[in-house]
Amino acid sequence: MASLLFCGPKLAACGLVLSIWGVIMLAMLGIFFTTHSAVLIEDVPFTEKDMEDGPTALQNIYKLYNQVGYNCFIAAAIYVGIGFLSFCQIHLNKRKEYLVH
Amino acid sequence: GPLCDITKPGNQRCSPNELFIAGVIKQERFPAFEKVLWRLFHGNFVLRHAEMQATEELQAVRGAVKKDVFIIFVQGDHVREKIRKVCEGFRASLYSCPKTLYEPKQMSTSVMTQMEDLRMILRRTEEYRAGVLTRAAEHVQEWGSKVKKMKAIYYTLNLCNIDITQKLIVAEIWCPVSDLTLVQSALIKGSEQSGSSVTPVLNRIQTQQTPPTFNRTNTFTEGFQAIIDAYGVGTYQEINPASYTIVTFPFLFAVMFGDCGHGLVMTLFAVWVTSQAESLRKWKNELTDVVIGGRYIILLMGMFSIYTGLIYNDCFSKSFNIFGSSWCVLSMFHPHGPWQNETLHEYHHLQLNPFVPGVYSGDPYVFGIDPVWNIASNKLSFLNSFKMKMSVILGVSHMLFGVALSLVNFDIFLQFVPQLIFMLSLFGYLIFLILYKWCITLRSETAPSILLLFINMMLFDYQSEHVLLYRGQVWIHAPLKAVLYSWLFRKDHFICFLLQVSMGDIFVYQAIHTIEFCLGCISNTASYLRLWALSLAHAELSEVLWRMVLQVGLKISSGMGSLMLVVLFAAFAVLTVTVLLIMEGLSAFLHALRLHWVEFQNKFYEGSGYKFTPLSFDSLLKTQQ
Repeated sequence: MASLLFCGPKLAACGLVLSIWGVIMLAMLGIFFTTHSAVLIEDVPFTEKDMEDGPTALQNIYKLYNQVGYNCFIAAAIYVGIGFLSFCQIHLNKRKEYLVH
Repeated sequence: GPLCDITKPGNQRCSPNELFIAGVIKQERFPAFEKVLWRLFHGNFVLRHAEMQATEELQAVRGAVKKDVFIIFVQGDHVREKIRKVCEGFRASLYSCPKTLYEPKQMSTSVMTQMEDLRMILRRTEEYRAGVLTRAAEHVQEWGSKVKKMKAIYYTLNLCNIDITQKLIVAEIWCPVSDLTLVQSALIKGSEQSGSSVTPVLNRIQTQQTPPTFNRTNTFTEGFQAIIDAYGVGTYQEINPASYTIVTFPFLFAVMFGDCGHGLVMTLFAVWVTSQAESLRKWKNELTDVVIGGRYIILLMGMFSIYTGLIYNDCFSKSFNIFGSSWCVLSMFHPHGPWQNETLHEYHHLQLNPFVPGVYSGDPYVFGIDPVWNIASNKLSFLNSFKMKMSVILGVSHMLFGVALSLVNFDIFLQFVPQLIFMLSLFGYLIFLILYKWCITLRSETAPSILLLFINMMLFDYQSEHVLLYRGQVWIHAPLKAVLYSWLFRKDHFICFLLQVSMGDIFVYQAIHTIEFCLGCISNTASYLRLWALSLAHAELSEVLWRMVLQVGLKISSGMGSLMLVVLFAAFAVLTVTVLLIMEGLSAFLHALRLHWVEFQNKFYEGSGYKFTPLSFDSLLKTQQ
């Protein structure tokens, strides 16, 4: 049980704060990408080929938007995991404090 | 009992007819010792020696020093005395050797028992000492603070005088007028509690000395008062700029910081510090004390930054499109506008023309900067012009406010009114031109520059080719200039008339003062351009951070993209906090503070007072811990 604790209280607290920020921000970015916000056009990895004249040009761009959006959601999910891990570390650290040495 | 030291005279136990002398000497000295004895006494003695076995204990105590034990058999008192002196010279320790076999054993047992006793005494003493110290350690903090309080009380009492009867203390104190009854009741309560028979007397006396300055603060306002006092404590009864600083300081900070994402992080941090203030104080670090002392300042700075971030429409360098942009790119294409499909392939940069119908909806974006500017490549030339003019407007308003406050301070109409007229006629007109140019519709190719307009006004230059900003411009400029130039001379004539003194002296003084004020005004207004400069730096840093860190992760469209995004987001967050929040935050804080201290306060603030510092146990214990 002791080996499950691998970081101190401060690192775990930083990890928790970072994870909460990451979850909120990446989730919102994911939402904005999947709703095809124009402001984020420069973050979408489109190429000249995608913008060629044709019936599917717009759909190509939208598909890329959705891909980036899903990436953001997956990253947010990973941060949920990291946050849970940090929370456990904080809990274990607190418990260690109360143990009599 | 102790070993008999034969070298001590008058020792009762040693008889003068001892047959031998026994002792211990260092092994290296023994040969020389033997030679000396032979030379002196020519063999009238018998000397025997043996090396001493060094026990573990002795080695630990004395080190690895080899010693020899020797015994000298000799007859005659004089010879014996001489030998004893030789032994002294060679630093040999002499011992009395017991004659029977039983005595050494007895001696060694008694020595051993002595040693055991001493060891036990040492152990007991150490335990006792540890016990006493541990018990004392529980109280030392309390004693320390009691001592500090007592010292402070005695120091304060020493500042008082003893009256003639030697039984009473007379103290002359500064006290806020509204607290006089409070002080009186505290004195009475104190005298009752100490059981004295004399009731204290409180009298108000007149004095020529300047009283100290006392501004009542609560936990919210004391941070702002502290940053004003850091520059200079206000003169007695002077107007206190702290109450206005509560709003203007976070606002000017926010103009330079303007990002609602960063502002939100800052606000949340400040909320956390405020809620945890008491438990954070226990860390007793100087840095955390500063942050805790300024927690309300940081809170307000964060809240105002969210507001200016919404106006600049900047959140981690991206804009929100909440209300719908007023610009429409589609209308630039056929049939409404000039663009064709080939236009897109030919040109890299295309400019939206607001005069083509449908491109610009006619109503500006509801709140803040239109989000279309975030993806425009000429974003900076638009925002720079906007921010520069905004800085001038804010700066002149702030300074006019400062000049207005000086009216309350000094109410000298000779100084206030001419200053006001000068500022209003020059800078007030500049602000009017800025606002007017913003409100009317102009074609960008033919729009007159305000700067050139101003220069031409000063130089009386009215060539007909120059486009005027509005009709009747010439007729406005002439009286303005008249007012400006006449202001230079008005004061002097008035003062000379009043005082009936020579013109020359006053003239020179007023000329210097006038030039100083003019240049000061212009340089102070230019100084407010730092509001533009810092806000530009912050926006650019924010954009660079997004583009170089987070965008790299976003642009990877494969499955690995999410993992890269996790790592890069962590880097983005750390860099945002360290570079953009801490570094830029400190920078904007410093510049906003400078604008207050120098450009704002030199219009009215004297700041030459001293602070009212009553004896306070809280601050005493806080500073010395």
